[in-house]
Amino acid sequence: MLNINNLHAGVEGKQILKGLNLQINPGEVHAIMGPNGAGKSTLSHVLSGKSGYEITQGSVSYQGRDLLDMEPEDRAREGVFLAFQYPVEIPGVSNIYLLKAALNAIRKHHGLNEVDAMDFLALVKDKVKLLQMDEKFLYRAVNEGFSGGEKKRNEILQAAVLEPKLCILDETDSGLDIDALKIVADGVNSLRSQDRSFLMITHYQRLLDYIKPDFVHVLADGKIVKSGGPELALELEAKGYSWVEGQAA
Amino acid sequence: MAQDNAVSPYAAEYEELCEQLPGQHLAWLQQIRGEAHQQFSQCGFPTLRDEEWRYTNVSPIEKKLFSAKPPLADADIQIGEYQLSDCWRIVLVDGYFNAALSDLSGLPESVAVMSMAEALDKHDDTIKAHLGQAVSDQEHGLVAFNTSRFGDGLFIQIPAGQALDKPIQLINVMSQTDHLAHTRNLVILEAQAEAQIIETAIGDNNAYLSAAVSEVFVGENAALEWFKLQADSEKAYHFSGTYVKQSTYSRFKHHNFSFGGLLARNDIHCDIQKAAECELNGLFLAQKRQHIDNHTRINHCEPHGISREQYKGVLNQRARGVFQGRVIVAEDAQKTDSEMNNRNLLLSDDAEIDTKPQLEIYADDVKCAHGVTVGQLDEQSVFYLKSRCIDEASARNMLTFAFANEMVTKIAHQGLHDLLLSLVLERFPQTDVSAEWL
Ligand SMILES: Nc1ncnc2c1ncn2[C@@H]1O[C@H](COP(=O)(O)OP(=O)(O)OP(=O)(O)O)[C@@H](O)[C@H]1O
Ligand SMILES: [Mg+2]
Repeated sequence: MLNINNLHAGVEGKQILKGLNLQINPGEVHAIMGPNGAGKSTLSHVLSGKSGYEITQGSVSYQGRDLLDMEPEDRAREGVFLAFQYPVEIPGVSNIYLLKAALNAIRKHHGLNEVDAMDFLALVKDKVKLLQMDEKFLYRAVNEGFSGGEKKRNEILQAAVLEPKLCILDETDSGLDIDALKIVADGVNSLRSQDRSFLMITHYQRLLDYIKPDFVHVLADGKIVKSGGPELALELEAKGYSWVEGQAA
Repeated sequence: MAQDNAVSPYAAEYEELCEQLPGQHLAWLQQIRGEAHQQFSQCGFPTLRDEEWRYTNVSPIEKKLFSAKPPLADADIQIGEYQLSDCWRIVLVDGYFNAALSDLSGLPESVAVMSMAEALDKHDDTIKAHLGQAVSDQEHGLVAFNTSRFGDGLFIQIPAGQALDKPIQLINVMSQTDHLAHTRNLVILEAQAEAQIIETAIGDNNAYLSAAVSEVFVGENAALEWFKLQADSEKAYHFSGTYVKQSTYSRFKHHNFSFGGLLARNDIHCDIQKAAECELNGLFLAQKRQHIDNHTRINHCEPHGISREQYKGVLNQRARGVFQGRVIVAEDAQKTDSEMNNRNLLLSDDAEIDTKPQLEIYADDVKCAHGVTVGQLDEQSVFYLKSRCIDEASARNMLTFAFANEMVTKIAHQGLHDLLLSLVLERFPQTDVSAEWL
């Protein structure tokens, strides 16, 4: 599904990703952990096509296509979804409007008709229920005035409606209270399927208790320095990053 | 200034014109008109040398001479969607009252709503007492120009304690090419009266000049909400001054939607007395070679006044916008609470805005804030939308629409709200959106 090969990327002359390799197969859940400033969000931005990053080396293929050559909106329409670490507030654009515009853009991209208004409403309300949100959120402006946790939940609502193939969650757990974490994790789990993959960036073992990853990677100084199974996260929690960074050096 | 070389080519035609103006029987009016003409003959139209007109060049109306033509008997007038239901309606065609298109049925008898020409017969004492009291002919040449030769207009007088249960819509529709309409409106709300006025300026797709002055008196504890929709022809020149005197505890709200015209200039000046509240909202959308200038002045004359002002501009292509927001707090006007905000979106490299907030505070115990921004769309937001499958052009369009629509959402009158929304959507089309989601 996703194949990242020796990726080097930077911003404003500062090298951030320094030879990153990662392969994700359909249906797999990968967790990435790593110290602040290691380049985790940068990776998520580069994958989703944010401008301003210089890719100096390496390649990324997604479903056999050169991902880095695609426009951000085309990546999204082909199923790449990024739940942002810091979701942007869009005053004046309601959640439901954005959801419908996004869903129709995907459908159009795949040569399908626009979604029927009633079907759309039913779908969206269903997902709102899944994430135990108040329907009022649909009619509020995207993320405007949302609490930190509400923003994160809203990102997952979008994922649930848009049904991406590769779902990148950048610290979706931070800012969520204990109950909300459980609800959001249940939402994510319900999206898990054989052909949908996840890349979860997190700092906390707790998320991984709810969403069991197939692989855990440590990203430090722009590279994956260690990979393993779910037990690696527990080991990290116990020993801290200096342990792996020491090993990598 | 040499007599035979008047400062404006318009001055010369006055002798002939003045004999046809309404109110011939009123000696006081003849005198006021004569003095105003004198004033205009000396000062002419404002020029770029006038501080308040630095960014707006009026000279095209001198180069292209417009003239006041008589009303057309058989004009085919299209008001279409601009005519709102559930309003009383006064229609001026080319500046002349048109009874057939107007509808004042069911208006409470105590309320006077009529054309200015008719009011000069029926309410001349009231007019005499108010004309020139909210604005002086010294303000600038366009005011003197208007006073000297106004033809018709709207006259409203609402007696004390009377609240109107539906708005009065004033529709100014222009139909004749190169026509010049000078309208004068006088709106008087006595103590504790309440009303809403919807002023609508439209016209056929040709060049014309509309130069209006409105004087507005909001009595003690009275409340007036005034909506203005300027959707004139792309070739039109639109000058409009609204001068408001607010008495103690009165409330005045003005919503200024300026979408049309080749050159449009709005002056909105409010003098507010003790504990009066003044709210000025505006949205101007300019494109192509349009020039839209909004000049506001809020004069806090007495203590405890509250003013809120929010203007937003969207400028595309080679359009030019001007915003001036002047707030004056007199020495006595302690405890004034004033906020002003002007935000502008430039959608092209060639678009231009001159924005000038101006606080002049002579009192020491006041709360005054102002903010101005000029910028492009937020790139983080554009990327966020792209990451949600929206293409670049649609993303920008969506954000621009949202920016403008904020001002439309403030309009509670359903019919007017929907009309404004449709006009904003015409500029920035959106698919996938239902009106109830906005
Ligand atoms: N525009 C920029 N200019 C300069 N440095 C930048 C810029 N954007 C990111 N960086 C730097 O790149 C590094 C990686 O940032 P990134 O956001 O990817 O870290 P992260 O791993 O997501 O950290 P965190 O766990 O705190 O979210 C940081 O040192 C950051 O300061
Ligand atoms: Mg990060």
